Amino acid sequence: MGFGGSESYGRDPGEAPVTIKILIAGGFGAGKTTLVGSVTEIRALRTEEPLSGPGAYVDSLDGVERKSTTTVAMDFGRITIRDNLVIYLFGTPGQERFWFMWDELASGALGAVVLADTRRLADCFPSVDFFERRRLPFTVAVNCFDGARRYHPEDVRAALDLDPVVPVILCDVRQRSSARDVLVALIEHALQGLQRARAAGTNV
Amino acid sequence: MAEEDRWLDEEAGPVVRPYALTRGRTRPTGETLDLIALVTAVRGAEVDPVGLDPEHLALLAMCRLPASVADLASELDLPLGVVQILLADLRVRSLISVHHPTPPAQMPDPRILKEVADGLRRL
Repeated sequence: MGFGGSESYGRDPGEAPVTIKILIAGGFGAGKTTLVGSVTEIRALRTEEPLSGPGAYVDSLDGVERKSTTTVAMDFGRITIRDNLVIYLFGTPGQERFWFMWDELASGALGAVVLADTRRLADCFPSVDFFERRRLPFTVAVNCFDGARRYHPEDVRAALDLDPVVPVILCDVRQRSSARDVLVALIEHALQGLQRARAAGTNV
Repeated sequence: MAEEDRWLDEEAGPVVRPYALTRGRTRPTGETLDLIALVTAVRGAEVDPVGLDPEHLALLAMCRLPASVADLASELDLPLGVVQILLADLRVRSLISVHHPTPPAQMPDPRILKEVADGLRRL
């Protein structure tokens, strides 16, 4: 439950703990939960969100009298790299009606994995759009489902009209090593982005 | 189907009143704590239980060691928004301290990400 071990935490009071947030996005059934479960124990996070119909979040909130709430269950998992350095993976709720939660989720995130299923590639368009607009580093992970036609990563890149620096990787997220490689690719992509930004002397 | 029912299917879950615990408040006092903010009970703080619910006290017990907001909400099995409000109550009373996550762009040393990648490879 506690962050780090009870012994180790506080051994070096000068070192601040670092928590890193990574989002796992993609369409329904693209393998978000499977990816998280391949690398760590899956835990559930409940949210209760006010819900008053599709217009409520774009219109003024005045006059929203018939507000009700909905439960959204989110998967998350924790990977401890070492004491005081922990990664949190959050599966983003894919359905469009939960999009109002994404801003809070994406705030302060290091980056995102967008899982793509080539049988339903269009399902990941909204996630790609969202992260591009937020300028959040992301990697597209093409989950190779049994029986699905295999595509070359460059074909997927072209179909999604991705920036050349965005990594596109084929994966099978049921495999721990494959899920892990996807995360490593994202971290390296994010690191390169930070280094580029620093070299250019700009803030991202 | 009425317009307002259109978005409430089985996946949306039951329509309930989860904010009874927060006495109807749907926003925390002060800023909303990030999912990965670390919360620690202040050692030796005098806890006056008046005005605190069992859930407040449970949270205090759970964060004797630093714990993330996500972990606390999951462990307590209460909605995230409710836990964020309860934690804000504890914070106002100076019963917890909060360590905010550093935004990636402001990390003092981005090489920490290299350590993360190396750590993941060892998984």
